[in-house]
Amino acid sequence: MADSTATVAVSTPSRSPQLGLVGRIRAAFMRSESFRGFSLLSPTMALMFIALAAPLAVLLTLSFWTQEYLTFIKEFSPSNYLAFFEKQIYPKILLKSLRISAMVTFATVLLAYPMAYFIAFRVKKNKLLWLILITVPFWTSYLLRVFAWKIVLGYNGVINSGLISLGILSEPLEFLLYNPTAVVITLAHAWAAFAILPIYVSLEKIDRSLLEAARDLGEGPFMTFVRVTLPLSMPGVIAASLLVFIPTVGDYVTPTLVGGPTGIMIGNIIQSMFGKAQNWPLGAALAVISMLVVTVAVCGFLWLTNNFRKRVA
Amino acid sequence: MSAGVSRRFDGFALYAIAYLIFIYLPVLFLPLFSFNDSIYIAFPLKGFTLEWYGKMVNNPGLIDALWNSVQIASGCAVLSTILGTLAAKSVTRYRLPGRGPLIGFIMIPLVIPSIIIGIALLILMSLGGIELSLFTIGLGHMLFCVPFSMLVMISRMEGFDKSMEEAAQDLGENAWGTFWRVTFPLVVPGVVASLLLTFTISFDEFVLAFFLSGTDVTLPVFIWSQLRFPNRLPAVLALGACILMASFVLVTFAEWFRRRGVQLKTSSGV
Repeated sequence: MADSTATVAVSTPSRSPQLGLVGRIRAAFMRSESFRGFSLLSPTMALMFIALAAPLAVLLTLSFWTQEYLTFIKEFSPSNYLAFFEKQIYPKILLKSLRISAMVTFATVLLAYPMAYFIAFRVKKNKLLWLILITVPFWTSYLLRVFAWKIVLGYNGVINSGLISLGILSEPLEFLLYNPTAVVITLAHAWAAFAILPIYVSLEKIDRSLLEAARDLGEGPFMTFVRVTLPLSMPGVIAASLLVFIPTVGDYVTPTLVGGPTGIMIGNIIQSMFGKAQNWPLGAALAVISMLVVTVAVCGFLWLTNNFRKRVA
Repeated sequence: MSAGVSRRFDGFALYAIAYLIFIYLPVLFLPLFSFNDSIYIAFPLKGFTLEWYGKMVNNPGLIDALWNSVQIASGCAVLSTILGTLAAKSVTRYRLPGRGPLIGFIMIPLVIPSIIIGIALLILMSLGGIELSLFTIGLGHMLFCVPFSMLVMISRMEGFDKSMEEAAQDLGENAWGTFWRVTFPLVVPGVVASLLLTFTISFDEFVLAFFLSGTDVTLPVFIWSQLRFPNRLPAVLALGACILMASFVLVTFAEWFRRRGVQLKTSSGV
């Protein structure tokens, strides 16, 4: 559609000299590549403004309102933010969420790296098959994958009942489910593919002749990895870390199903504010604070890795 | 030397196989126990039964939820593939000022926690006086589906040469003819992959649907409501096994279609 209007616009100015200045500017504008590009992009941008930017703006606004019973008092007030610091439970749970997410990120990236390395460097045939095997579970239901771990780790679950029926245990292990470790294991499993793909892409991009050069210059396989492969794959590692860390901080499905009382995360609190607790403004403020803290954490992480890379180089 | 290389290969291969087991095994317990003749999800297995599948099929609430999910997912798949294709064409074919930040903006829904998007949309609907319905869920799902569709289509469109379109125009095709006879056939694998992937994303999405559903729920929200009742878990297992199977088939097909297409481009230059 944009193409046809542009073609018309291209031919009009030359044939109609009576076109005014405004018309000519308009014609030049229509002809320009960026106009055609933007018109193709505009439906998506409209969606993003209506369903992303506007709701986030409203969320921010609501976080400064207060609530009396079930009606909002639409006046600016920082009371929700003050409530966050007054009740020690909120900062504590937010910090715990950050810690759990950091552990998940570390575990996921550490486990994913050798796998990505294997696919990038060792698999010669059937690379496609390996990539598909890795990515397919990621697309399937998140809820069901988390639920599967509840079955595996439960008091009468797969591990306990399996070990008991094999005669290895006499009574079920209680520490498997309903604690932060269960949350970490489940999340690391659920986000595995998110970590493998960026690392794989950055490893695949590495010019193989650099590795040969390092070997020719006398580096062993291990030092070649440490001094060439690892630094060159850092962008993938960083991308993977962020892709896992940011979304997991707000997760509430996993803590609800496998976390128990000690595995509660900030997502659970936010969700309860929009559910049982019925305090939307406070929930909105908690969401805004969480996002800010995550942003600060991410910036700190990027600054650290950047400094580290400079020092190594 | 060669022995060393192969030994190292074996170490990595072993790790890779262990990793695949870690990824697949927990999920495989769902279908396993869905055939187990016991209300308890525990070893030892008691015997084979199809009872839970029967219970699943005879649950009207489930059928309604399934139908809701199919409607939303189909709508999202078609709409987001159209938007994603247009957007991908825009960023791959035209020089856009601010291209990077624009793409970054569209990708935001993929990196912020979905609970934030869920409550933000819920607040907007509530303050705007819009009643929660299947449409509000669909709108939320579009936020996830469009970026994924766009990523799929970008990798597909970067895979073929712009000069093919230019050649068609030089040979006298108009814009529509160029699109229909050159661009479209080249991007079809991407379109199919995008439709299948976005359908699956919307079909399996839980968090947004949880916040944005009114009286009509989607299948994942229905499952969530069933998890509280231990005696209904076996039927949930049966349902979960079916959903996993369906998602698995759809996505495998989509990924195969998509990545095969991308590989072709690197090997033959088309």
